[in-house]
Amino acid sequence: MAKVIVVTSGKGGVGKTTSTAALGAALAQFGQNVVVIDFDVGLRNLDLVMGAERRVVYDFINVTQGVAKLSQALIRDKRLDRLALLPASQTRDKDALTEEGVQSVITALRKTFDWVICDSPAGIERGATLAMRFADEAIIVTNPEVSSVRDSDRIIGILDAKTVRAERGERVAKHLLVTRYDQARAARGEMLTIEDVLEILSTPLLGIVPESQEVLRASNLGAPVTFNNANSGPARAYFDAARRLMGEDVEMTIPADKQGLFGKLFGRRAA
Amino acid sequence: MTAVTQPGPSTRFVCRSYMAVVLAPEPPLLDWVAGIQERINAAGRFLVGSPVVLDLSAVKLSASAIGHLVAELDQRGIRVMGLENTDPASTGAGLPPLVRPSRGAQTTLDVLPETPTAKVAPKSTTPPKPTTLLLEEPVRSGQSIFFPDGDVTVLGSVGSGAELVAGGSIHVYGALRGRAMAGSNGNARARIFCSRIEAELLAIDGYYMTAESMDKSLRDRAVQAWLEGNQLKLTALD
Repeated sequence: MAKVIVVTSGKGGVGKTTSTAALGAALAQFGQNVVVIDFDVGLRNLDLVMGAERRVVYDFINVTQGVAKLSQALIRDKRLDRLALLPASQTRDKDALTEEGVQSVITALRKTFDWVICDSPAGIERGATLAMRFADEAIIVTNPEVSSVRDSDRIIGILDAKTVRAERGERVAKHLLVTRYDQARAARGEMLTIEDVLEILSTPLLGIVPESQEVLRASNLGAPVTFNNANSGPARAYFDAARRLMGEDVEMTIPADKQGLFGKLFGRRAA
Repeated sequence: MTAVTQPGPSTRFVCRSYMAVVLAPEPPLLDWVAGIQERINAAGRFLVGSPVVLDLSAVKLSASAIGHLVAELDQRGIRVMGLENTDPASTGAGLPPLVRPSRGAQTTLDVLPETPTAKVAPKSTTPPKPTTLLLEEPVRSGQSIFFPDGDVTVLGSVGSGAELVAGGSIHVYGALRGRAMAGSNGNARARIFCSRIEAELLAIDGYYMTAESMDKSLRDRAVQAWLEGNQLKLTALD
């Protein structure tokens, strides 16, 4: 049974696209069939982060408008063919998306993939609400700072009101993914702590991705961070999060980049 | 018309609240309309396209006079969506509907999300109207809970940017980080209780207090708020 997951946040720049790519790749590395969909029509990025920008011929809008077949628009990842990308159109805007079009594409993808991961645009407008519309589960990406947390709170409310599941009286399972977390700064009070974020959002934690240079390095190279450097802190955090999505019980840690002796002696543990 | 229940497509009724501008015409009406015209001259598209409600409490007008006034405003681009504080007999066909007269705090409302009040199933015998609203889930940022009929109890927290409006008292068993407005129908005896206060704004019967004017020593503590004369008071419960 395929699962449709929306990666959303409300606020921009918190790491939705990075997380979509990394989690999609991690799930594929664990043997799952995964498709990631870019819902950011007009400002597409997922193709760049996945390193597929030169291979885009047809896009999501072409498929919903019947210009191209779904199989023509899907781009198989060169590193791992269990991973596919449905790119957004860069020349159109969010109004080109229709609910019927999105529904038909997602219904078709459910038949061939285990996971359909929808990368939501920022905001709470059409693009974001259509990205979450047919989701079974949601990953809310949050940075440990107040504006991001409040926007996430807003998005959680919208998930409970505007998704098909919510309208049927069912629940959209929600997972919180805290990204760009810096334990030292949180300890100094310059950032919210994980406990603060969880207390405000009262949503179960999927993972904590540490702030790291590796993320920018990977996206500049056009590779999800779990492909580019599987031993880096963020990659291990995404692998753990992917295993939790698959239902495994994994102890919550904040994996750090290459730990020296000092780091090992004072190993960081999440609450 | 005979009412027959037939299995068929179900109709969904959704309650929404909107913010409207209330204009209160004063006698003499000609001067008042001239004043509006001056505002339009000064501000261009003054109130054009905004929903407007006419509060007719200060004037006594017949149906035709109201029609005339509405037409005058319409000519100036101001569309009247409703009337308040006037005799129901003087609002007929062709005139905007009479919206329920209200006193006390005017509240600004976002889209009303799915709250239990919006999901009342039609029944053959109407049960007595509930006088309390119990919310078991946290109230999220941007959500607006509007319950003019009585008390609102929230078991979780109320997020920053969320809003509770109750005709009666408000009880929050989590942290109150948003706005809480109790006694919105003019009930000065309504109170606000919460187990942890980080609120942006508290109001009872239209008298309000912002976060800045709350005593810092009360922050993060369990408190209650009540009205003493025109003054909103806040005190710790523990």
